[in-house]
Amino acid sequence: MAIEAVDHSHWSPLLGRLWWDAIPPDPIVWVTFAAVMMGGLALVAGLTYFKVWGYLWKEWFTSVDHKKIGIMYMILGIVMFVRGFADAIMMRLQQAIAFNGSEGYLPAHHFDQVFTAHGVIMIFFAAMPFVTGFMNYVVPLQIGARDVSFPFLNNFSFWMTTSGAVLIMASLFIGEFGQTGWLAYPPLSGIAYSPYVGVDYWIWSLQIAGVGTLLSGVNLICTIVKMRAPGMNMMKMPIFTWTALCTNILIVAAFPVLTAVLCMLSLDRYLGFDFFTNDFGGSAMMYVNLIWIWGHPEVYILILPCFGIYSEITSTFCGKRLFGYTSMVYATMVITILSYIVWLHHFFTMGSGASVNSFFGITTMVISIPTGAKLFNWLFTMYRARIRFELPMMWTVAFMVTFTIGGMTGVLLAVPPADFVLHNSLFLIAHFHNVIIGGVVFAVFAGINFWWPKAFGFKLHRGFGLVSFWCWVVGFYFAFMPLYVLGLMGVTRRTRVFHDPSLQIWFVIAAIGAAIIAVGIAAFIAQIAFSIWKRKELACGGDPWDARSLEWSTTSPPPHYNFAFTPVVHDIDAWTDMKRCEVEAPKSGFLPIHMPKNTGAGIILGGIATVFGFAMIWHIWWLSAITFLGMIGYAIFHTFNYDRDYHIPADEVAATEAAAHGQPLPAGA
Amino acid sequence: MRSPESQQMPRRPAAPPRAPVTRIAAAVALTSALSACNTVVLKPAGDVAQQQGDMVVIATVLMLLIIVPVIAATLFFAWHYRASNKQAKYEPDWDHSTQLELLIWAAPLLIIICLGALTWVGTHLLDPYRTIGRIDAKTPITAADKPLEVEAIALDWKWLFIYPEQGIATVNELVVPENRPLHFRITASSVMNSFYIPELAGQIYAMPGMETRLNAVFNKTSAETGHDFDGFSANYSGAGFSGMHFAVRSVKADEFSGWVSGVKAGGAKSAGALDTKTYLALEKPSENVAAMQYASVEPKLYSRIVDMCVEPGKMCMSEMMAIDARGGLGKAGIRNVQMLTYDKHGREAAKEGTENPDQAVRKELAWVRALCKQDPGAVRDSTVHAPADKSSLTGFGLKAPQSLSRAEDDIQSTPAHPSKISRN
Repeated sequence: MAIEAVDHSHWSPLLGRLWWDAIPPDPIVWVTFAAVMMGGLALVAGLTYFKVWGYLWKEWFTSVDHKKIGIMYMILGIVMFVRGFADAIMMRLQQAIAFNGSEGYLPAHHFDQVFTAHGVIMIFFAAMPFVTGFMNYVVPLQIGARDVSFPFLNNFSFWMTTSGAVLIMASLFIGEFGQTGWLAYPPLSGIAYSPYVGVDYWIWSLQIAGVGTLLSGVNLICTIVKMRAPGMNMMKMPIFTWTALCTNILIVAAFPVLTAVLCMLSLDRYLGFDFFTNDFGGSAMMYVNLIWIWGHPEVYILILPCFGIYSEITSTFCGKRLFGYTSMVYATMVITILSYIVWLHHFFTMGSGASVNSFFGITTMVISIPTGAKLFNWLFTMYRARIRFELPMMWTVAFMVTFTIGGMTGVLLAVPPADFVLHNSLFLIAHFHNVIIGGVVFAVFAGINFWWPKAFGFKLHRGFGLVSFWCWVVGFYFAFMPLYVLGLMGVTRRTRVFHDPSLQIWFVIAAIGAAIIAVGIAAFIAQIAFSIWKRKELACGGDPWDARSLEWSTTSPPPHYNFAFTPVVHDIDAWTDMKRCEVEAPKSGFLPIHMPKNTGAGIILGGIATVFGFAMIWHIWWLSAITFLGMIGYAIFHTFNYDRDYHIPADEVAATEAAAHGQPLPAGA
Repeated sequence: MRSPESQQMPRRPAAPPRAPVTRIAAAVALTSALSACNTVVLKPAGDVAQQQGDMVVIATVLMLLIIVPVIAATLFFAWHYRASNKQAKYEPDWDHSTQLELLIWAAPLLIIICLGALTWVGTHLLDPYRTIGRIDAKTPITAADKPLEVEAIALDWKWLFIYPEQGIATVNELVVPENRPLHFRITASSVMNSFYIPELAGQIYAMPGMETRLNAVFNKTSAETGHDFDGFSANYSGAGFSGMHFAVRSVKADEFSGWVSGVKAGGAKSAGALDTKTYLALEKPSENVAAMQYASVEPKLYSRIVDMCVEPGKMCMSEMMAIDARGGLGKAGIRNVQMLTYDKHGREAAKEGTENPDQAVRKELAWVRALCKQDPGAVRDSTVHAPADKSSLTGFGLKAPQSLSRAEDDIQSTPAHPSKISRN
């Protein structure tokens, strides 16, 4: 059967490779494009009509406030999560119908982009923004700081991440996305076998977003190390802050590897280098090693803060100190270190010797020991507790059960002989969705329900939350347990068309599961919308959960400056300690507070970076040069901006505090 | 040490928690559902795959020892210590117990020690590079069991199998005798694939310019199981990936020789002889290719595929590396680029070198060309031999793994370049 090759060799000095053939030949994409355009236009029109552009620019886009940046990260995460989920639904539908000679409804060119985009978006542009968003919002409050160490850098990091997200969204309508799988293994991702723009979109969106992630990591490490409230030594830090510290250490140590490997792939693709080609001594195996040296720590980057979220929630809703704080901290550190020496378990089947495979298999299993210890710590926190089953706690219990199963299948896959029969199968897909959905996604929902009252002063609606919870949990089991079975039947991932009709029933069940999850997502969005609408009824005090850590000691939502006076910490559960000692917020003696000033430099640099990435993808060299110089020039120019801080006058602080404490007192105070 | 479980048990007769019951029901339902479908990974037709499948089961059972109590305790604690149960004990400041800490670190550790030992032994014994030590659980290998050599090449997007001893080749069809060791040498022409026949043995990557290996055996014929076995690529390799399936037929020994003669005689699926020209045409991308048979195969074709010099005028990678090892071609090496270029032109085969008008350049080019014999080097034999004596694996007189797993004296004396050995 002949392959229809589309010739994309057009190039002009002005537009590079950009030409009419960049319009995807796919009606599904046109319809999506029309819908997105109409939605986008409606949004722009609405924002213009209600004259909120100035407000958004002044109060949000240019804000260096860690709380607002944290919220913007969460919004970015939700938007991209919905996009990634749309991809998931498309895959489930294709795989449920492509039987008995049917090709399904997605041609290979489209299906291969969908599974690549799904993986990339969910990891880099949904899970990462969620995790970074939580860390941004919560960490400074938990350690009694007024902002992060480098507030402008924080804003810049956010916009670089967004810039990557914009590029990946653009690939949907202009050109194509990679058809290589989410880690783009060469030689397939090399210029010889992926000559058009798909892999370049992948490279540049990750490269630009990676700058943001790395800088945000530096920023948060610095914040945690240098800006803790007096009295909060390392072993009095809340567990979430501990996990955030370890995660950011992982980010700072692992992301440069990604940057380097993307650089090498770019050199191969743009300048004819031979790092990963078949000929001239290139080695694709080197790429696979390098990408996983980043990739394995990456999964711990995602899960560690989630462990932190569960720890905070468990001790709060159990009304009890966290069991085994010290062992929890050491477990986190052990995981951080071990996560660097397990990468080879992602490719036992590449022909390494048995001794190498066993080494990496056993180190992988060893990680399950500290992870298991954490699970036991939550378990024994629940022991002799008074558990209040609010939404965050429900998500946590669902996590504990689900993640345990996922952990078990993970250890199973770490046994090389077992991996030889299960590698790249749907069993593997089921495993990592089991830990990422059961671990990360459940934590995101738990965390949003938990800290929403902190951020906005009112709770999220419980009814919609319950619908969302049950749909997610039930939907998850329906969607992924069949994949375990299919894996044991020897079905491989990324397959578009199936030959064995007996498999179909399992794919249909999985598709039904995905549909149930879709209801869960809809309920979650409805929960937010409804709660905002009914915010007066749902209003709560500053401390609605009788929580334990420092972020709840200030008002909800917190004032711009977080704390009028820097708190002093005497215990791990600092806020519980304050409540016990009946510490009252001071009513006088306020001093002016030194704060950073908003700046548009972050969004401007992010905007230029987007154009730069686009120009590089399309080989528009003149524009690449101009935007690259523009970024450097503007960054230097920004360093001469001396108008970067101000003082909130003492009167204003006094007024804010008085107004805040006019509220009903926190429940536990 | 006091048992913590005995402390937390409610003194009154507690109603059995509902959750475990549903879980048992779910487990029963799952087991029955699983037995209804063909879980080939757990019930394959080959001894190697069977041992790997057993490993899945053993590891799972071992882990369930701790997983089941954890899940049960989670659900039980969640139910028992709910806020509305005022009878349950409440100790808000209890946050440490050295005994419990010991238990929660030691219990997983013990399981991992067991699993780690199993992993070490299992990984070595089931190393795909290792020649198999037995036909099945009861039949050890004898000197008479000469393995069948098969060279498997992943092309875009089909599989080519060369039977070097029989001098035949097939596309998307693999016929092998049962109860005879099979020795696969595996490579690819363009991108990474993974060679996987779930009924036979675990997978191993197929990579261009490199060779990987697989040793396995079928213990059943396809006729006995009532269906052909399925083989495929388990690593996504581009647009035609989903169609990269091939039928695998395990047959009786005499049936196999009959089949070989049939292929040589040429039948309905016959596509003539597999020579350089036919191979280069076959190598071009195509999807959902029907099974084909070749009555004869050009000698050394497989080695030239691994060495990336099938195409006329191409210098073998090993030749260039041998030249480089002797100090390289100096400036004339620049002229050699085109002769070595393999995948710059993508899935269409590389084009012929253009003639340079410059006389001096042409002379240099001719000189470089004269060096090129298109003679592929031998791939280093990376076979690991099955241990003759397994007593050391049980811990008795345990030798260093190096001496256990590699028979160094068996490695061929022919020096071969390292890039062709994908073992790191």
